[in-house]
Amino acid sequence: MLEVRHLKKSFGTLTAVNDVSFSLRAGELVGLLGPNGAGKTTTVSMISGLVAPDEGSVLVGGAPLAGDTDPKKRKIGLVPQDLALYDELSANANLRFFGALYGLSGTGLEQAIERTLTLVGLADRAKDHVKNYSGGMKRRLNLAAGLLHDPDILLLDEPTVGVDPQSRNAIFDNLEQLKAAGKALLYTTHYMEEAERLADRLVIIDGGRVVADDTIAGMRARVPSANGERVSLETVFLALTGRSLRD
Amino acid sequence: MLLIPLLAMIRKDLLLFLTDRRAVIMSFVAPIAIASFFGSIFSGTEAERARVTVALVDHDGSTISQAIVKAAVADANLNVTSPTADEARKAVREGDITVGVVIPKGFGDSAARAFFGGAQKPALTMWYDPSRGTELGLVRGIMTEHIMSAVSQEVFSGPTGTRVVDDALTNLGQSGLPTDQQRRLQDLLTSVRAFNQSAPAGLASGGGGAPVGGITVPYTVAQEAITSGENVAYNGYAHSFAGMGIQFLLFSSIDLGIGILLERQRGLWKRLRSAPLSRMTLLGGKALSGALIALMTLLVSFGFAMIVFKVSIAGSIVGFFMVAAACALMAATFGLLIASLGRTPGGSRGIASLSVLMMVMLGGAWVPTFLFPQWLQRATLVVPARWAVDGLDAMTWRGLGLSAAVAPTLALLGFAALFSTIAVLRFRWEE
Repeated sequence: MLEVRHLKKSFGTLTAVNDVSFSLRAGELVGLLGPNGAGKTTTVSMISGLVAPDEGSVLVGGAPLAGDTDPKKRKIGLVPQDLALYDELSANANLRFFGALYGLSGTGLEQAIERTLTLVGLADRAKDHVKNYSGGMKRRLNLAAGLLHDPDILLLDEPTVGVDPQSRNAIFDNLEQLKAAGKALLYTTHYMEEAERLADRLVIIDGGRVVADDTIAGMRARVPSANGERVSLETVFLALTGRSLRD
Repeated sequence: MLLIPLLAMIRKDLLLFLTDRRAVIMSFVAPIAIASFFGSIFSGTEAERARVTVALVDHDGSTISQAIVKAAVADANLNVTSPTADEARKAVREGDITVGVVIPKGFGDSAARAFFGGAQKPALTMWYDPSRGTELGLVRGIMTEHIMSAVSQEVFSGPTGTRVVDDALTNLGQSGLPTDQQRRLQDLLTSVRAFNQSAPAGLASGGGGAPVGGITVPYTVAQEAITSGENVAYNGYAHSFAGMGIQFLLFSSIDLGIGILLERQRGLWKRLRSAPLSRMTLLGGKALSGALIALMTLLVSFGFAMIVFKVSIAGSIVGFFMVAAACALMAATFGLLIASLGRTPGGSRGIASLSVLMMVMLGGAWVPTFLFPQWLQRATLVVPARWAVDGLDAMTWRGLGLSAAVAPTLALLGFAALFSTIAVLRFRWEE
């Protein structure tokens, strides 16, 4: 569904992403992990067309993404880390606008709005201004905005930052439903328990490079257990990326 | 397909604008309030016209000086008071009086003797407010007329004149003039004495009235304010609403630019960029929504002025809308320029506000450009607000035809093209 090949991106003298490659299949959720500044967001930005790679390519359905107006961008949905919503407008008005950016209109747009709001549990608050929403509701609406045009690939950049356990759980349920519906999900996070619960496979990036690409079981097998107990994912992560602070 | 996102962007920006109470007030209420105030100042009738305040201090008390004071008091352009010299100087320093004129002792006699040349000219002292130099020029001109009239009238018909002519004839040999010139001056003075002796007594009344003697201005003035038509009074509100309309239209362009920077800051631009839309669609949508808001700002202001202050489009209606649309497009692209050159919303707002204030000040939105020095009048042709105000003036109170709208429209579209080109080239597309 999505194939990332040898992506490279530099900002001045800083190489943010260096030869990153991985793939994502339909019905699969891949966790993209890495310390701060590892290159996760730059990688997601290149996949979604926000940043042009210096080298490498992004293939959607086997064909490379080409330019801003490439219709294949319709197959990708982005859920940015920021709450990218217009607070002054209602949820309905927000989604009507974001849907129209993908050419949705009329009944098709209204149905898509109803479907996604129902999925994220906000159908009864559709007419409320976003500024009156709680943090968790905004996060769920942020997810809905990325899903509106029914993309095959969903890029989620830390979609649960700052939400309460209930909303986080609701978002997890949504993502599991999407995965079951055959969507391909790329999920960046710092929370190991999230990756452990959701991901079929993990890609760990550090210093702009992929340091590991494996299933969770495969990741665990990379680090020997001291006393026969199961190694935590955090231990694996620290073993692969080191303990030095990155900020 | 392209139309759906484009219309959605325009609709969304209009919704955001209308839900922002501050933006609506700034765009609609503020220009109307300020333009109404300025209009009320610049729309005075002839009867209400501001007079220049002048303090006349007469230390002479001669027939001539009294005639000068009398003529000045009667002058429609002056508001004359007669304080002491100290009071007059203090009033000028404090800004209560524009010009203080002191007629020194012996002024009348000395002026009359100097009239035929040779004698020392008396000095007329003028104290003036340096912030109102233009009015000093007006007062000097008016005083010259009244003094020439009073002095010449006295010289040719009054007792002072008779005495002065007699003295001049007696002292002609000591004048230092060549012999042939002395002979000619003697002929002239002899003729003046004969004229004085034949004229009725007591004609030295000074200023105005029938030309009974002396030198008077050899013409009268038929004044006509050239407006959009005969007997159509100048409506100062038209210029005020044009100026303030342009000012607030440019302020709305700042909101457009800052809005884009805020969208970037809040991550919304990522959503826009991740959609399959061209860069031209994204910037075009912003420019169109900005132009629509700017046009609304201008049209609402003018609509109010038409209803309340009877401002009319005395020129070409098509021309008016051409200029208005070009103004709106120029303002919208200026907003894109702010977004492309700005880094943060806070920092950009300050610089953009300063730019707009400079632009409207130099464009004649606050004070007419004819008050500027010549070099500045020429220099302001590179300021879009100048073309905007001139274009709207031409189509409203000047009542000019469609052809007069062409140059301002083309100039404003040129500025729009320039701003949008720079915006496209400098816009930070990568997130």
